[in-house]
Amino acid sequence: MKIKAKIIDKEGLKRTVTRLSHEILEHNKGSKNIVIIGMRTRGEFLAQRIQSKIEEIDGYKPILGILDATLYRDDFRTRLKQPEVSVTDITFDITEMDVILVDDVLYTGRTTRAALDALMDLGRPSTIQFCVLVDRGHREMPIKADFIGKNIPTSLNEEVKVKMDEIDDEDAVYLIESPN
Amino acid sequence: MALNIKHLLGLHNVTRNDIQLILDTATTFREILDRPIKKVPTLKGTTVVNLFYENSTRTRLSFELAEKRLSADTLNFSTSTSSTKKGETFKDTVRNIEAMKIDMIVVRHQSAGVPLYLTKISNATVINAGDGLHEHPTQALLDMYSIKEKIGKINGLRVCIVGDIAHSRVALSNIIGLKTMGAEVSVCAPPTMIPKGIEQFGIKVFHDINKATAENDVLNVLRIQLERDAGTTIPSLREYHNYFGITTDVIENNNKDVLILHPGPINRGVEITSEVADGPYQIILNQVTNGVAIRMAVLYLLGTNN
Repeated sequence: MKIKAKIIDKEGLKRTVTRLSHEILEHNKGSKNIVIIGMRTRGEFLAQRIQSKIEEIDGYKPILGILDATLYRDDFRTRLKQPEVSVTDITFDITEMDVILVDDVLYTGRTTRAALDALMDLGRPSTIQFCVLVDRGHREMPIKADFIGKNIPTSLNEEVKVKMDEIDDEDAVYLIESPN
Repeated sequence: MALNIKHLLGLHNVTRNDIQLILDTATTFREILDRPIKKVPTLKGTTVVNLFYENSTRTRLSFELAEKRLSADTLNFSTSTSSTKKGETFKDTVRNIEAMKIDMIVVRHQSAGVPLYLTKISNATVINAGDGLHEHPTQALLDMYSIKEKIGKINGLRVCIVGDIAHSRVALSNIIGLKTMGAEVSVCAPPTMIPKGIEQFGIKVFHDINKATAENDVLNVLRIQLERDAGTTIPSLREYHNYFGITTDVIENNNKDVLILHPGPINRGVEITSEVADGPYQIILNQVTNGVAIRMAVLYLLGTNN
């Protein structure tokens, strides 16, 4: 794994989370009807940070859920490695709520498609808005993010690696050369 | 992470990692059962045949529900309504079903070894839902899952299987699975119901239900299987009940922390009293719910493993 560049550092990530939280609040006119849903694994931690930031700014803590969209993927038959599934933790009703779906990287859009299907099986939200830390392009589906931390144009032989303190002992976003 | 096995024929030769993976995956599916829409699209386009040559309520419904919750297409086969009555052989039946392009077979049969035979005459993925007196792996997996859900661990627990051990595939799968997962396994029954030489597998034998209750954390109580001639191993059901039946007294006089499991169907008043079967020490209906999650996990792990 060859690191080509460090795109966001610890301070940068903090500022990005702050800006994203403000944008979410502005767009939704407050936090009262918002639920935040983080996608496993790193979207979960990003979602937690946005949740606390929104509480800090608006004084109201929106509910947080965690979504694992593995069972909704479209590549079970073509992948060589079986993906590991983990538990979805959404114990509240999302019907009529404004769902903020949070993920670390937006790439082909296939995971987002799976997440949208998964959310539809949990209820009928009023809106679903998509928040990502990094949009790296190369979409294979008509999907776009509503709140974007940073647009990073990449080539196909590059990868964006998001590191989060909670599991990687570091806050950073790297551009790396793809191993294959 | 993927299973090392291609079929689930029994828990014999299934590694601890594989069993752990199935139990962990079942936790994911257990959550789905509590949702308003209890369905995921994971096995869309996969066809599963439930080939049941022997009567079953729980296991067949549980498998069928698990398949439907995963969006698989299901076909049900039972001998009473099939061409088996017209004299078609098992092999021909299977060949014909397979010619209809199916992917997985869930099989229950009165003869041990039929699931293994199926893997040799067909290309489908085979799951054993009980074969003769051999194994019933998904039952043992759901028992272990239920124990783990209630107590938090399996490793180091003392688990006693009570009842007709010699005539029980549930007992054999449980013994193998529990030992693989590090539990201390014992059995309790009249000597006629215990296979000779079982101690060689490192299994403690009790003939006193009070002692077995006092010295174990879990009792997995089996049904006295009247249809398998269990009547020849005991003088009468009443005598069996008097000496080996699980009653509130047996529990409260010996061990109030004991956990009671029963794979069903229950013979009320024989191996267990109604008071215990509906009381605070048992998790019998949790086992049934968890059975769907375990079967979803097995179907998912085997069905998506290329």
